[in-house]
Amino acid sequence: MRKTCLDVVYDLAKQDERVVFIGSDLGAGTLDQFRDEMPDRFFMEGVSEQNLIGMAAGLAMEGFIPYVNTIATFITRRCYEQLAVDLCLHNLPVKLIANGGGLVYAPLGPTHLAIEDMAILRALPRMSIFAPCDREEMTRLVPQTLDMTGPCYIRLAKGGDEVVSEAERGFEIGKAIQMRKPGKVLIIGTGITTTRALHAAEELEGQGIDCGVLHMHTVKPLDEAAILSQLDGVELLVTVEEHTLVGGLGSAVGDLLLDKAPNAVSRLVHLGIPDIFADKYGTQDELLEYYGLQGFQIAQRIRDTLKGEGAQVA
Amino acid sequence: MINFAALEHEAHSVYEPLALDRRSRDLRRLVVRGLVGGGRGHLGSALSAIEIVRVLYDDIMAHQPDQPEWAERDRFLLSKGHGCLSQYAILADHGYFRMGELDRFCRFDGILGGHPDAGKVPGVEASTGALGHGPSIAVGMAIAAKLKGAAHRIFCVTGDGEINEGSVWEAAMAAGKHKLDNLTIIVDYNKLQSYDRTEVVQDLEPLTSKWESFGFAVRNVDGHDVEGLRRTFSSLPFADGRPSAVIAHTIKSRGVAHAEGDPAWHHKSKMTTEEIDGVLAAIEGEG
Repeated sequence: MRKTCLDVVYDLAKQDERVVFIGSDLGAGTLDQFRDEMPDRFFMEGVSEQNLIGMAAGLAMEGFIPYVNTIATFITRRCYEQLAVDLCLHNLPVKLIANGGGLVYAPLGPTHLAIEDMAILRALPRMSIFAPCDREEMTRLVPQTLDMTGPCYIRLAKGGDEVVSEAERGFEIGKAIQMRKPGKVLIIGTGITTTRALHAAEELEGQGIDCGVLHMHTVKPLDEAAILSQLDGVELLVTVEEHTLVGGLGSAVGDLLLDKAPNAVSRLVHLGIPDIFADKYGTQDELLEYYGLQGFQIAQRIRDTLKGEGAQVA
Repeated sequence: MINFAALEHEAHSVYEPLALDRRSRDLRRLVVRGLVGGGRGHLGSALSAIEIVRVLYDDIMAHQPDQPEWAERDRFLLSKGHGCLSQYAILADHGYFRMGELDRFCRFDGILGGHPDAGKVPGVEASTGALGHGPSIAVGMAIAAKLKGAAHRIFCVTGDGEINEGSVWEAAMAAGKHKLDNLTIIVDYNKLQSYDRTEVVQDLEPLTSKWESFGFAVRNVDGHDVEGLRRTFSSLPFADGRPSAVIAHTIKSRGVAHAEGDPAWHHKSKMTTEEIDGVLAAIEGEG
């Protein structure tokens, strides 16, 4: 997914001289072709995230379109004030490409896990947040970021992720994609949790439980109309995210229901990572399972809830 | 004349204070007008930077007040955004906006806030106030100018307390790496930050060699000496292929004798009419 994303940035740069790439201290060989063919617009600026963002802001103020790439947790936490003041306050078209969103860096421990990135960025006015579910969707997303006026954050998954998106369903920034029609259950996912949601829905279908899946590749701005339009007949609404339960997709959906449809759904399940630092290593999939976010676990939670067991929030 | 031997730690006294001419006194009166309008303001921080902004806007920078977005303008960033009354005074004087805006400083519907807002104030390139942001934005602007083959220059004024921020030195490394000889960082070195003397809070010395070691060509100057500032800025860039740093030795609250060098005047609010009159009288007394 990362390579796919950067390849699209390379293509955009070939077509549009406003595009510049700014990396921190990325892996050897990253975008060598970009560097060789467009050296004036390729910057590898070292482990200095505050300066990366401020410099990108200065370039954007002068009409350039910077794509900035480094590890998700560093491009959010380390330079948060620069994101808020330099990018969002000035509403500049700087694109943040975040390697390893969520639990991707499981073996590297909690310093490298970006599990509150969407929460802290959601709190910034004008920031758009994207979490595509696979590399195919990434190729549809990135070209659409080129002419966005404000800043955006592109959360990258691990890479080699199962491809579940389909070109026929289209892609438009800010528009949710219905992956399965809702039945009495609707799961809303983002990033690779949409894939887990689909796994759960397939399992439940075999057990006679109709379960829809709505994919929010854009977490902010939230496609409120799409969510509200899907709630007729839904008894159980589930949100699932590779993110802390504080302030992410589920919180956004909860805010929406509270504001605009407090009685629309009788039962809600909010799935994500508890408000703790990770205490295990292993792999992304192991941590997803540890937090109950794999497809079979989502399915189990839905069955339990429909039977009246498990947590209820209404 | 500068006494280099005394520069470190005693720099504030290495220059004999010069009398302030009519223009420097008038600009200070505009700062006080803003202070009265808002009932508050970073007086000391603005007064130390008056001659820096005066010389840049009067004599050095290419700019057109009736076309703030003129593409060929030199870019000015007041990274020490809390010193904004200095920039507001010079911008108002040059006609970027009505002088009466100073009377609405910090007011609910005014355009002049306690830190400059690029979305509101003609002539303000970037919203500053959170410290340590200007140098990186300036680096980006300087790189952009090089990419476009444009001849305009970028001037960025920082405070001295401000350069405690690590982001300033990230930007300095980048400026040296990219050989940004179209970029000038000016340190308003008044030796006082909010709490106490810079020497006490976070000693900056040796400041000249710090900037030099990051790749800058550096000059020290009396930051209130109009002729000296003109000479210094007129010789930019100080070295081809290197960014320039001007360490402007200033006096906090310069022009108000009873406030000079007193940290209590970093920010002032709730001033009485008598205190304002005292400030104005002190400014006139500098002539």
